[in-house]
Amino acid sequence: MDFSGLIDNFGPLTVTGLAQGAIIALFALGYTLVYGVLRLINFAHSEVFLLGTYACLFAWGLFGLDQNSAAPAVGPMLLYMLVGLIAAIIVSGAAALTVEFVAYRPLRRRNAPPLAFLITAIGASLFISEVVGVATHRNQTGVPPIIQARPVFTIGDTTVTNLQILIILLALVMMFALDRFINGSRLGRGVRAVAQNPDSAALMGVNKSRVIALVFLLGGLMAGIAAVMYDLKIGVTRYDAGFLLGIDAFTAAVLGGIGNLRGALLGGLLLGVLQNYAAGVFGSQWLHAASFVLLVVILLFRPTGLLGESLGRARA
Amino acid sequence: MSEKASFRSSGGVRGWFGRQPWYIRGVVVLLAAVAAYLLPYVGDVPLIGPQIVTEGIDWPSALFNMSYYVLLALGLNVVVGYAGLLDLGYVGFFAVGAYGTALLTSPDSILYEDTGWKWLMAVPAALVLTMIAGVILGWPTLRLRGDYLAIVTLGFAEIIRIVATSTTTLRGDRGFASIPHPPGSWGGEPIFGVTDAIPYFWLGLTVIILVILGVRNLDRSRVGRSWLAIREDEEAAEVMGVRTFKYKLWAFAIGAFIGGLGGVLFAGEQSFINSQTFVLQFSILVLAGVVMGGSGNMAGAILGGVLISYIPDRLRGLSFGDTDLYEYRFAIFGAAIILIMVLRPQGLIPSRRRAMELKDREKEVAPQ
Amino acid sequence: MRQVLARAIGGVAIIGLIAGAAACNSGSSSDDTASEGNCGYKLAFFGALTGSAANLGVNIEQGFELAIDQYNKAKGSTCIEVAKFDSQGEASVAPGVARSLVADKKILGIVGPPFSGESEAADPIFESAGIPTITPSATRVSLSSKGWKVFHRAVANDDAQGPAAAAYIKDNLKATKVFVADDQSAYGAGLAEVVKSKLGSLVVSTDKTEGDGKQADFSALVQKVQSSGATALFYGGYYTNAGIIRKQLTAAGWKGTLLGGDGMKDPGLSKASGVQAAVGTVVTCPCSPPEAAGGTFVNDYKAKWNQDAGTYSDVAYDAANVFLQGIDAGNNTTAKLNDYLKTVNYKGIANTYKFTETGELDPNFIKVWAFKFDSSGDAKADVEIKTS
Repeated sequence: MDFSGLIDNFGPLTVTGLAQGAIIALFALGYTLVYGVLRLINFAHSEVFLLGTYACLFAWGLFGLDQNSAAPAVGPMLLYMLVGLIAAIIVSGAAALTVEFVAYRPLRRRNAPPLAFLITAIGASLFISEVVGVATHRNQTGVPPIIQARPVFTIGDTTVTNLQILIILLALVMMFALDRFINGSRLGRGVRAVAQNPDSAALMGVNKSRVIALVFLLGGLMAGIAAVMYDLKIGVTRYDAGFLLGIDAFTAAVLGGIGNLRGALLGGLLLGVLQNYAAGVFGSQWLHAASFVLLVVILLFRPTGLLGESLGRARA
Repeated sequence: MSEKASFRSSGGVRGWFGRQPWYIRGVVVLLAAVAAYLLPYVGDVPLIGPQIVTEGIDWPSALFNMSYYVLLALGLNVVVGYAGLLDLGYVGFFAVGAYGTALLTSPDSILYEDTGWKWLMAVPAALVLTMIAGVILGWPTLRLRGDYLAIVTLGFAEIIRIVATSTTTLRGDRGFASIPHPPGSWGGEPIFGVTDAIPYFWLGLTVIILVILGVRNLDRSRVGRSWLAIREDEEAAEVMGVRTFKYKLWAFAIGAFIGGLGGVLFAGEQSFINSQTFVLQFSILVLAGVVMGGSGNMAGAILGGVLISYIPDRLRGLSFGDTDLYEYRFAIFGAAIILIMVLRPQGLIPSRRRAMELKDREKEVAPQ
Repeated sequence: MRQVLARAIGGVAIIGLIAGAAACNSGSSSDDTASEGNCGYKLAFFGALTGSAANLGVNIEQGFELAIDQYNKAKGSTCIEVAKFDSQGEASVAPGVARSLVADKKILGIVGPPFSGESEAADPIFESAGIPTITPSATRVSLSSKGWKVFHRAVANDDAQGPAAAAYIKDNLKATKVFVADDQSAYGAGLAEVVKSKLGSLVVSTDKTEGDGKQADFSALVQKVQSSGATALFYGGYYTNAGIIRKQLTAAGWKGTLLGGDGMKDPGLSKASGVQAAVGTVVTCPCSPPEAAGGTFVNDYKAKWNQDAGTYSDVAYDAANVFLQGIDAGNNTTAKLNDYLKTVNYKGIANTYKFTETGELDPNFIKVWAFKFDSSGDAKADVEIKTS
């Protein structure tokens, strides 16, 4: 144990942890949304994210950018960001919908037991990540430096970069927008209604299938944005990147209270920061173990997560 | 009683089997067991044989791999299928069994000076260790419901893997070498050598049969009925006086025991283990096998365990036209899982009760 | 009844479909006996051809296959056949694959296994079958102390590489503050241990990461490296993680040098990090530069495989040639071939091969080179490191 490793680096570890946590939180939203409505762990969501990480790389490749390119000026940078985000959102959204139509809807029609859904999700996840793995020869793909990380301001010995600010801000904005959408709009009311009681909602004239499709789509969109942020922060993607971060994201969703949007944000940020602290004290090899220990401890005292399950319940 | 009656009146092979007198059923079961023991020689059967055996991996070895996958599936079936507890970290128990054996027997172990046991001596100790691990995991977590339990068990398995990787006592990637093989010799030669995997398969098969008999007895006892009650409605069971926590813990410990058996056999055959084997994907695969085969039914779990090991092994050395399909085997496997679940959501050989439930549920499905 | 039967048939049909697809098998082995002139035998490659470790395995296999191709061309017939066995680089898969290898009685020798973990699991099977092996890249020290008579190693073990890396850091790089990290793999941790002990007080701090594919965010490690004030980071591990780490270090503004062992000597590192970031990264390798290899190997390799020879391609090429020479001299059983390896003294393109009692390369022939990533994105030979 090396507490000086934590104390000396406390500020920087917190900031980089928050940035990582913001990505995890956006990713976790997909798990939470689907779980809130369907009571289903959407295992294939990790691959929805994975496809997003490759989609924006592909879009940037169309501009002739690869890992060896120089960082672009501000004008083109904004264009690239926009194109990358749109590509990732479209591909991730489409992937999420495809998974829903191919793997889940046929089962729901037959009113299959919950475990069956989990297993098709595992099948879909395996299929997608393996196809990507074969297509990329299981090699890593480097990301072009779209945004050059530059220090923006410094507090004490802690430097905050433009990229970190962008990631954290974007996550907060998306979270706020999603929250407003679910709690404020007409469609969002439908989502909450189905989450609360699917059958009654159907009787009240809510189109259940459409609501479910909407939820998958929303989760896919958030995963797409998370994927672009991941590419920029980590700088490298690979066929198993989704699986790896997916476990973190799922843990974060449960930590905050699965089914609860704000819980996902809280869980994500907490997890990101804690992993960095644990890496500071115990060494980087323990960071995932630390997140699970935290999860177990929190669930022992709050069996439904920090903020409780809520989509459609507490604030409905 | 009514369950049994309806089962007998149902059609198909199982209906026929259920209607036969006990001695015919006995003969059928015995023949099936004999056939299973003869599996290593199936390659000699003309026409069909060569289609069944694996290429690129030795067929008896592939059979042995199937045997420990089947053991894992049977153990997980107790936890998931009987007691209805979703366990995503089952490989953790497999790991504890294998590591327990390695710690007590391998010359690389820090305990070697004091223990240095033979494989057979280490088996009971390793199994007790896994059962304790099951109870330690179960005690704090079994109060959690459904999906929360799933993520916590997943977390425990990951913690076990990380600890095995990162602590010097468990040697991480360096692993334990020279773990002794099971004992016994035949005509001067050890039965369990290194080049021939057939004895290992037979050993695995024997263990499987014992496990089947044991679990069948449990399932038909008070314990089994309690599991059923818990699975169907935990609150109702509690109200009716079933001590749910106790029986859930039992399910966990028995599941852990069977998983540990798999680990002990694995260590005895491989004679080398390291932390690379016990990855999360492994548990998820076994769960997929159990549900695909038909959770809650031992025949289904066995079939599922066989499939998750056999399909990827069989797809080695396979080509379609000019393309080598080898690389695609896990992708094909993933697609096969989706296909099987969509066509048969209740599993390939479902438990009778589940199949009937599903029929009811299909009628109830709300218009979409 | 009919409905249930139909369901059952449906279920069987699914399995049938899979088995049916499986029915179109690729080449099965023939059983005709060996013909005249020491021909009709096989040499086997055993190692990862698929999976995440396949990159190194394929490098080795291609060097191995090239040697046999050239031998057959010189003979004018398919004299020695190539047999490939894919272990996926995993210790849990290796025994089954190894047993299917030893079942083929025409195999006289094996090049492989490339990794130490799978060697632990598979070599006892080769030992009991008596088939000689030459590994071009499994460098774990303990492998040669197991008493395996068929074990031979065509490269130096980890004990040679660690001191060389430390010597390079001290003498060539002249770094005074070094950060040492590893990925906890048997290879990476072992290497980092040796480097740490040789550098002594030059090491300012240490860390460990998770293995390949188990960690992508290294911001904690990056932060520790930065705040330690180190000018050099030695990472014991493979290029997969090293590429990400190099990229994240550069993005965070760290200007020091990343160093590592032969596991990082792969263009994959610069493909992940970008060439700009990778330039200057130093890797040590107990191998000679392939471009310095004698003869036409570099061009032949490129002509056959349409890519540059990679790490250990040349060693595998040599290992295959050692076997081929032995077979050509009439050693047409596994026992004879294994005896032949005891006395062999073969000058190949990467090295001169002479084995000690335990199957290690003769210490007099061990070379360690430093390679440096340049703007081509690949590691090019820098200097030969003198350790003694």
